[in-house]
Amino acid sequence: MIGTFSYAKFLKFLYSVAEAERGWEKSGVNGKLTAPLDWLYGLVRLPGRRIVTPVVNQMREAMATLARLQARSKAVGQQYYFRNSVVDVFRKKENDAAVKIQSWFRGCRVRAYIRHLHRAAIIVQKWWRSYLSRQHYQLVVKLAYYTMKMNLYNEMAVRIQRRWRGYKIRKYCFDYFYLKEYLRAVTETNDAIRDALEEFAEMKEREEKKAALEREEKKRDYQARKMHYLLSTKQIPGIYNSPFRKDPDPWELRLQKAKPLTHQRPRVKQKHSISLTSWLACTSNRSFPRSEILPPINRKQCQGPFRDIAEVLEQRYKPLEPTLREAEPINELKEAREDLRRQEWIRNVNDNMFLPFSSYHKNEKYVPSMHSSSKYGPNSYGCQRFRDENPKKWICPKDFQTVLPSFDLFSKYGKLYSKAGQIV
Amino acid sequence: MSQRQVLQGVMSLLRPLLLDVVPTIQQTAALALGRLANYNDDLAEAVVKGDILPQLVYSLAEQNRFYKKAAAFVLRAVGKHSPQLAQAIVDCGALDTLVICLEDFDPGVKEAAAWALGYIARHNAELSQAVVDAGAVPLLVLCIQEPEVALKRIAASALSDISKHSPELAQTVVDAGAIAHLAQMILNPDAKLKRQILSALSQIAKHSVDLAEMVVEAEIFPVVLTCLKDKDEYVKKNASTLIREIAKHTPELSQLIVNAGGAAAVIDCIGSCKGNIRLPGIMMLGYVAAHSENLAMAVIISKGVPQLSLCLSEEPEDHIKAAAAWALGQIGRHTPEHARAVAVTNTLPVLLSLYMSTESSEDLQVKSKKAIKSILQKCTYLPALEPFLYDAPPNILKHVVGQFSKVLPHDSKARRLFVTSGGLKKVQEIKAEPGSLLQEYINSINNCYPEEIVRYYSPGYSETLLQRVDSYQPLAN
Repeated sequence: MIGTFSYAKFLKFLYSVAEAERGWEKSGVNGKLTAPLDWLYGLVRLPGRRIVTPVVNQMREAMATLARLQARSKAVGQQYYFRNSVVDVFRKKENDAAVKIQSWFRGCRVRAYIRHLHRAAIIVQKWWRSYLSRQHYQLVVKLAYYTMKMNLYNEMAVRIQRRWRGYKIRKYCFDYFYLKEYLRAVTETNDAIRDALEEFAEMKEREEKKAALEREEKKRDYQARKMHYLLSTKQIPGIYNSPFRKDPDPWELRLQKAKPLTHQRPRVKQKHSISLTSWLACTSNRSFPRSEILPPINRKQCQGPFRDIAEVLEQRYKPLEPTLREAEPINELKEAREDLRRQEWIRNVNDNMFLPFSSYHKNEKYVPSMHSSSKYGPNSYGCQRFRDENPKKWICPKDFQTVLPSFDLFSKYGKLYSKAGQIV
Repeated sequence: MSQRQVLQGVMSLLRPLLLDVVPTIQQTAALALGRLANYNDDLAEAVVKGDILPQLVYSLAEQNRFYKKAAAFVLRAVGKHSPQLAQAIVDCGALDTLVICLEDFDPGVKEAAAWALGYIARHNAELSQAVVDAGAVPLLVLCIQEPEVALKRIAASALSDISKHSPELAQTVVDAGAIAHLAQMILNPDAKLKRQILSALSQIAKHSVDLAEMVVEAEIFPVVLTCLKDKDEYVKKNASTLIREIAKHTPELSQLIVNAGGAAAVIDCIGSCKGNIRLPGIMMLGYVAAHSENLAMAVIISKGVPQLSLCLSEEPEDHIKAAAAWALGQIGRHTPEHARAVAVTNTLPVLLSLYMSTESSEDLQVKSKKAIKSILQKCTYLPALEPFLYDAPPNILKHVVGQFSKVLPHDSKARRLFVTSGGLKKVQEIKAEPGSLLQEYINSINNCYPEEIVRYYSPGYSETLLQRVDSYQPLAN
């Protein structure tokens, strides 16, 4: 509170106090504290006056005031101190109050500002969000509309497809009614076949029975013919015609109808040998028919352009006169050889052929040549391949030096980078 | 003296007799040799080793017909035993002479020559090829047209033996125009001839689709179906073999047969015979049903399934049962209707018992297991599936429960029936590993029912109830 004490300031203060006392008196109600100083400066500023006297007066006044003041200096000091401290006491409070008021006010101001800002921001945001939502809403509506349309189309497409698939299957792939028809037709055919087969079997049975009956009949007939002698005569009743019977046995009637058997004439066996001459002589019945009775000698010639009968018959039944070439078979020589061979086969005791004497000494053993019979095995000529190198057989480890260059064909041998010339 | 020494002695005695001056002695010697060789293959080998064949071959070329018949008989007797002996006959050049004999006038000679050629060609494809290369096939086709029945039989049997080995040989026979003549003779009343004809046609048809189509184009259907009603068992067997060989190639051929009523005829034929005769017919039904579901349905409506299940239960032999099981599997595997048709006849328990029994052969077990599996995977006929819940092994039980889990969620009456018949109870008792397919099926079945019922039927429910009774505190009044 009491800072550095400077005399100039103190003087100034004193003047101010003094003039303040005076000033209040002079200026009255104003209370302007600047009045005393103005008075002082007024004095200085006024032109044409003698500055010394006012100044000396002033100086005297000042000195008096100073003395007065110095008498009160202690009290002034104390008063000054007290007034400062009181002011200080209140100053802090007042300062705090002022600060509080100011801060509150500032706070209100700021809050009002912030509120204003909030409102503005809210309005902006409100409008922006409504804009966004409207856009989104439009999209949603579009999507919903689109979905609804597609659902409808799908629904309709499913209906069409359903109808079409049903139709296609029923008409082209699997016709249920056709299958039913087919199975019915198969059943009918089966029944028909079964009936037909039954009939066939029955027919066969009947035929067999008939055949059996006929066979029986034939046998009985044959028996009756054989037993013909048992027929009853007028004098002697046969065994089947006993007088004690009411009517004769059926065998009796059969015997009456039967014709007795006669002895069999011995059948002449025909000779079936078929040789060349007899075949062409046409003596068999299957060929030209020839009657056994010759035509009469003096027969009248038939009217018309006919040849003489005798000539015709002679021509027709002329025997074959084959040429000598025809008479012998074509491979007669071969057959004769074969025949000879067969004859010898019968006669010979030993089937092995006799060898000719010239090959008598040909029982020497075969002597193979030295090349193939060497026990060291065949030396494949030129070694396996002419270009092979067999280091084991070399006399010295180094290769031969070539005095002259070999001709071009072999100069590159073994020296090429590629593997083309290498022997595998 | 050992038998071999005796044989050698006999051969060396008979050999010179073959070249005797008197023709009757030659013929009788040849006949004797033939009968000896016919009896035993050691004797036949002795004939070959005794170098008799070349002489026979030579004299075949030029002697009279009795000698030719006897010599051809010797060749046949030697050639029938083994491929090596037949090869020996071919090596000594007998084929050419036999083919020349086929051109002879006498039908007996032709028959003997054709018989010998047939026996030689029977063994394997090389010998057949040698017979064909000698030019026998056109002559055999001519022989078939001869009036004598015995000759026709032998010629048909020779053609059948030639064409059975490979498609090329069959094609050679077809190229000689055999099919038309063979097809005409199906109507011949002689039973043995019909056997051979049908056998020849089936050997031709079995190799490829083209050959089968050629056989069919000869218009054998529906005439062949009358052979299925013949009295002779082997005619029936060969006829069903022929139909089987045609049906097995393509669905179109099977459809042709079904359209001609062949399915019904074969089914009746199966019903009228027993044992091995039935086997080709059963296999034919299996092949037809295997091609497509429409054909399987055609087999079903021709009343094939009851017949097949009858075969399955009453036949004693395992291989016929296996064939019947396979055929049933092929019929039932297509759609639920087919499976239902098979299941209704109560064949599934029979199949199961065959699968489980230890006496059935492995083939039968495998086939019945496959049949059960394939039918079960399509079967939605629940009354037939229920017995399976009780006595099926786990790998089949899985499929059964799976089928239940597919049907029950959609059918309320079936659910009720399932509960009342005790099926739900049985399902609860099945133990399955958690996470396995069986457990998933059981869960989906349990989801079809309210919880109380499931808990009611779960095993040990009475114990839990009793425990609750024990632990219950009655309200004190």
